[in-house]
Amino acid sequence: MGAKKGGKLDDGVDDMPHVPLKAILLADSFTTKFRPITLECPKVLLPIVNTPMIDYTLAWLESADVEEVFVFCSSHSKQIIDYLKSKWVSKSTFSVTPIESLNCISAGDALRFVYEKTVINGGDFVLISGDTVSNMVLTEALQEHKERRQKDKNAVMTMVIKQSKPSQITGQTRLGTDELFMAINPATKQLLYYDENSDNLKRNLTLDKTFLAESPSISLHNDKQDCYIDICSFEVLSLFTDNFDYQHLRRHFVKGLLVDDIMGYKIFTHEIHSDYAARIDNFRSYDSISKDIIQRWTYPFVPDVQFSMNNPTNLGRRGIYQASDISLSRSAEIGPFTYIGKGSSIGGNTVISNSVIGDGCKIGGNCFIDGCYIWNNVTIEDGCNLKQAILCDGAVMRSRSVLEPGVVLSFNVVVGQEFVVPAYSKVSLLPQPVEEDSDEELEYADNNNSGIIHAIENGNSSSEWESSEIGVGGRGFIWSISEVDQEEEWRHSVAPIPESKLIELAQMALENLEIGTEDNNVFATMDEQESGNESDDETRDEAQIFEKEIEATFLRGVHENVKEDHIILEVNSLRLSYNVALETCASALFYSMMKLALDTPHNSAAVLVKNVKDVVSRWGKLLKPYVQGVDDEIEVIMKFEEICVEDGKEFAPLFVQILHLLYDIDIIQEEAILNWANEKEGADEADKVFVKQAEKFIQWLNEASEEED
Amino acid sequence: MPDTHALVNDFLNKLKKRKIEGSKATAKLTAELLRSVISQQRLPHTNQAGALIHAIKAIGEQLTAANSVEVAVGNIVRRVLHIIREEDVSLTTASIGGLSLQGLSDDEEDNPLVSAAAAAAAARTTLRPPSLQTLLEDMPPHSAAAAAIPHSSSSAGDSEDKTKSTDKNSRSRKLKHNVIETVNELIQEIATCHEQIAEQAVEHIHQNEVILTLGSSGTVIKFLCAAKEKKRSFRVFVAEGAPRYQGHTLAKELVSRGLQTTVITDSAVFAMISRVNMVIVGAHAVMANGGVIAPVGLNMVALAAQRHAVPFVVLAGIHKLCPLYPHNPEVLLNELKSPSELLDFGELSDCMDFSTGTGPPLLHVANPAFDYVPPKLVSLFITDTGGHNPSYMYRLIADYYSADDLVLQQRPTC
Repeated sequence: MGAKKGGKLDDGVDDMPHVPLKAILLADSFTTKFRPITLECPKVLLPIVNTPMIDYTLAWLESADVEEVFVFCSSHSKQIIDYLKSKWVSKSTFSVTPIESLNCISAGDALRFVYEKTVINGGDFVLISGDTVSNMVLTEALQEHKERRQKDKNAVMTMVIKQSKPSQITGQTRLGTDELFMAINPATKQLLYYDENSDNLKRNLTLDKTFLAESPSISLHNDKQDCYIDICSFEVLSLFTDNFDYQHLRRHFVKGLLVDDIMGYKIFTHEIHSDYAARIDNFRSYDSISKDIIQRWTYPFVPDVQFSMNNPTNLGRRGIYQASDISLSRSAEIGPFTYIGKGSSIGGNTVISNSVIGDGCKIGGNCFIDGCYIWNNVTIEDGCNLKQAILCDGAVMRSRSVLEPGVVLSFNVVVGQEFVVPAYSKVSLLPQPVEEDSDEELEYADNNNSGIIHAIENGNSSSEWESSEIGVGGRGFIWSISEVDQEEEWRHSVAPIPESKLIELAQMALENLEIGTEDNNVFATMDEQESGNESDDETRDEAQIFEKEIEATFLRGVHENVKEDHIILEVNSLRLSYNVALETCASALFYSMMKLALDTPHNSAAVLVKNVKDVVSRWGKLLKPYVQGVDDEIEVIMKFEEICVEDGKEFAPLFVQILHLLYDIDIIQEEAILNWANEKEGADEADKVFVKQAEKFIQWLNEASEEED
Repeated sequence: MPDTHALVNDFLNKLKKRKIEGSKATAKLTAELLRSVISQQRLPHTNQAGALIHAIKAIGEQLTAANSVEVAVGNIVRRVLHIIREEDVSLTTASIGGLSLQGLSDDEEDNPLVSAAAAAAAARTTLRPPSLQTLLEDMPPHSAAAAAIPHSSSSAGDSEDKTKSTDKNSRSRKLKHNVIETVNELIQEIATCHEQIAEQAVEHIHQNEVILTLGSSGTVIKFLCAAKEKKRSFRVFVAEGAPRYQGHTLAKELVSRGLQTTVITDSAVFAMISRVNMVIVGAHAVMANGGVIAPVGLNMVALAAQRHAVPFVVLAGIHKLCPLYPHNPEVLLNELKSPSELLDFGELSDCMDFSTGTGPPLLHVANPAFDYVPPKLVSLFITDTGGHNPSYMYRLIADYYSADDLVLQQRPTC
């Protein structure tokens, strides 16, 4: 369809000589998001729904009437060039020329290199990365770009954008990229502001006043997605050469143009609506885009259309794609939206849903496979259980092994019998490179890694894997994930975000909203009571948020039975981020415990005391790191007083009993109680209610200590 | 033959990538491609027809596999195969005639050959049910063969095998020539099928009638316009044909020709059908049982028409006539197009956020291109050769295709 339209529109610009439309395709993302897979295979050759990503990009460029494509390859360039030669070079109307450079480490370098090669000499070109899936009609955008250029020589780039609402909770789009803020002039479609890694906790951004002065209206978007398809004029290449420090296309080039206002160059946007365009940036987008392809949003680039010499495939009911020569056990159950590649076999009672299975895979009986991306020639023995995982070519799962959500098995990894690979692990035959460059944007060192690959292929006999990290008979290293990345791992994984995480994030988002607005929880009463006090509103709010956070952490710990150490770790990190003292932690934790006891169903005071006892004896250890001196203990007692007065009135008559309990299990020393009593000596009558209540106990303590003396 | 090879590959690519769509365009291009393949095919001395059939079948297999939705491609391949067979038979019978003449004069030992060929010819005629069409088609080749006889017999004076080889040579050129000639006729037939069908318009559309159609089809436009040009005045209801809304362009076209046109939504068809005198629609393919593969939505229209006893007329060129039954496994009845024709992806992107959703995606969008209308709902087919009942389709098919070609896929073992 697109091609037909293209033909018509092309005739419109008959006054100009025919210039073949060119494209620069970057067959390297210059990132490490697909590690460890990309150590062995270039990203653009990774299959998505059983066809290499670059085929989607090239097939689209071909259908969009691009005539010459220059494929820039850096890492694993040999593999890419060989692949292109086998499939794409040697077409009469569509020329694909590889350009190789081994020492480029960023998109900026790549474009500078292309400039030096002088393959693009004047005229517009399409700049695209080799991991883009699209079916958009380019002609309209090209036409707009050309018309703008005729009016304004400074309109050097047109950026294709698409609507995509980011999730309220996670602040990221369905493609796993961060929320993107753009300011666009609605009349001219000029891009004025672009910010992709805004802090989603802060949720504020600053715009230059002059924008408003210059244009009557600005529309500010956070619901647009950058498709990474750019129509550029020749100046873009020379700009990269002039500004040799530009590395990243967006972070440096686009922002540079927008902020520094170089020579008045302008960037414009073109929004597509029904067409599809997306870039496979991380594992999350790999998952989303695979599902879009299977659901046919990328038509005609779908498995049953042979757009790139892919195997003929039949589309059955419920979105089940089957290639030829499949041997399917009669009792196997194939769920909806599944792709099964040529020559694969599936055993009895195996359940498969929402998955892609490549060519020549052998899947045994009684397996459960959901949301997995299984590439070619993978062997899965009987009784395996896989959820939301990626298995690269040649991976083997021995019988009854399990992959938890988010696992990535790189090429030829073997998972040992009955071994459970923990969630979000990445397993590769290659050892994790030793912390090379912390600069996350650069994918160096791929060339020297090839040495390691050979070493492994040649040197390692099976005996060396005996004491493997992944079970008996397994082969592969589990890559360790640093503390910081651990937090980010769920954001970019193939697995959906776990529900507990979502709830947590939702709570955080809710709290952010509720600051300064109405509160309808326990703290509302506190607000009212303390409103007369001179305490600084802001710090009080902070304290409340902190307290609530601690409570949430604690409750989650209780419900999910998390180890004490882990809770302490989390509390510590919260303490650091909110910058509060130890004793505040202690009182907050204590408060959460009491709250838990109070919330546990009870019908009499005795039961309540028992609840408290249970909770405190189970979780008392948590207080230990925070209650280190007498002062801290006093703080706890005072907090308890506060609870008794405010939202835990039920505790008031039981004050002494519980105090005794705390004393018994060594949370509070007698010294602290005595000091507390002394401190209260001079206080108001109202404040002394509990001291009075505890009089007997204190007396007893006094006597005890005297006896000891 | 690198030339035809490149041509075939180019066409295959276009078919695979869905760059050529629509049964008429694909049929025409297939016929033209096959013509150039035949003309460049070098033929061996023996069994030329067999070699030609083999070559065409091989290409036909690739073509049908490239885009099994375009049934017309397979139809044309089968038509061409049939043409080759027919021409071969007619030439054989002609040479038999020549040989028997020789036999009479020479009293040779050629008798077993003659009898074998005669038996084969006889078998073919019995295999094929006789029909008026075949009888008419058989006429011209006979006369052509009769003209060829003196040529072969004149050289019969020389030695035996020499006559045979020259005879074979001329026969091979003859065969190729005849086949190409007939394929040209076929191309002509495809090109003019609209006009052929439109000519019959006045017989079917009467004064002051109300016609309903859905979506748009080149055949239907020509048909309605032809009736208008013959001074018939009638009104047309156009159902818009979601999701491609080709009905809108049809309405524009009709209004520009001065026809009273009403555009309705697809869902209003049942409400309007009681005021309609006849439903006229186009088809994607007509199956051997008289069922129709038609643009989506037509089954509903056909059911509505049946409910109100309104005639449901399908216009279809002969190239849309498919010798397969809809239950054949190689007939892919449908193609699912992009869901973006129905919905804007951007607006629904939050429904398809797989990161926060649990389990499988909840939103499915199906956008099938075709409907299957069973034969009992069709009142009449109008083809280039006139009006036919759905139950007559299989006879028509017997005229245009040979039973040997129904399955184009060659056995891998052979």
